[in-house]
Amino acid sequence: MNLLVATRKGLFVLNQSKIEKPHFLGDPVTAVLREKDDLYAALNLGHFGVKMRRSSNGGATWEEIAVPAYPPQPKAEEKTPWKLVQVWALEADPSGTLWAGTIPGGLFRSRDRGASWTLVESLWQRPERAEWFGGGYEHPGIHSICIDARDHRRITLGISCGGAWQTRDGGETWNIASHGMYAEFMPPERRNDPNIQDPHRIVQCASRPDVFWAQHHNGVFRSTDGSKSWQEVTAVTPSKFGFAVAVHPQDADTAWFVPAVKDECRVPVDGKLVVARTRDAGKSFQALGKGLPQQHAYDLVYRHGLAVDASGKHLALGSTTGGLWISENQGDAWECISTQLPPIYCVRFAD
Amino acid sequence: MPRVVFTSNLQRHVSCPECEVVATTVSGALEEVFKQQKQLRGYLLDEQGELRKHVFIFVDGQRARLNNAVGEESEIYVLQALTGG
Repeated sequence: MNLLVATRKGLFVLNQSKIEKPHFLGDPVTAVLREKDDLYAALNLGHFGVKMRRSSNGGATWEEIAVPAYPPQPKAEEKTPWKLVQVWALEADPSGTLWAGTIPGGLFRSRDRGASWTLVESLWQRPERAEWFGGGYEHPGIHSICIDARDHRRITLGISCGGAWQTRDGGETWNIASHGMYAEFMPPERRNDPNIQDPHRIVQCASRPDVFWAQHHNGVFRSTDGSKSWQEVTAVTPSKFGFAVAVHPQDADTAWFVPAVKDECRVPVDGKLVVARTRDAGKSFQALGKGLPQQHAYDLVYRHGLAVDASGKHLALGSTTGGLWISENQGDAWECISTQLPPIYCVRFAD
Repeated sequence: MPRVVFTSNLQRHVSCPECEVVATTVSGALEEVFKQQKQLRGYLLDEQGELRKHVFIFVDGQRARLNNAVGEESEIYVLQALTGG
């Protein structure tokens, strides 16, 4: 089992439960991707901007590649600067095309292994974008890029805060895809507006791509019709707030969440870190804490801090207080790898 | 000729030894350096051509902007701002 762990102070690789020598030690790594023989890492240097690095030898050496760059901003344009703030999501489709979701809300595509990137103008130029706003960051951002396993031209995005958007033609045209979500923090007349929803993270089941799960700012939602409509899942326990979600790649009814008290108190309920698992499409949940700290735990798990591998058996969990755990039995029990890593942004299986 | 000196923090990521250039403004001096080291541009300027928020430039001991003039004997220091750590 190979696990990539992107943190506030470097990229760590876990090999057979052992942490190997870190890459980019000291530098924030916000997204990471393995695509065939290549590893990609997105860095967000405090002073010198976002950088992209690629390794073709398993991380032995890295080379600097192009960074997604916004086109010149028209004068008298909107107040959002057309400047890359962060790469928040990195995915590859089966054709080898790379997709990068960014703050302030642009989706980029690369067809040459990151040697160049193109802004997907069809989404960026949508007038609805003016209504998006930041969630956790000053500007809106794309954190989830779900590529349909049946047809990679179907891509669904999660945007904080801009709802879910979907293309069925490889990015030529886009439709809003977050009907049914609601934002209880908004004024009543905007509560159900799909374009201002804050899905913290959206995942899609590989074997049943019509099923999506979302951990939204104010609850858990599920779609069974390819993101045309969403229904709230209210049974999640011990609370409905959180950031992360993972879905079993072969069983669309099994999904995992990491609940925290609520938005103004982002810590585990009663100081006990647990993973909430459903096996029946959200009708019931089990709070799994065996091997996780069960007293005075204040770990928060970010959007990309929970991952499931291709088998659906192994899970990884990384927290903002540097805790890293893995499970080999779908969350029934957890093994602690470290409680002293830098704040973890993203965990990702690389097998 | 004006002399340009880069913070050692930058040398970790991209080679940018101290150098002398022919220029009359800060921006002109940086452009001369970018001709030699293309990669450096993205570290100091964003895609809209503006100085990155957490990069500071001093000319002869004074905070400077890209359009500030530089003299024959000027020393241009490119530093990281402590705000960006």
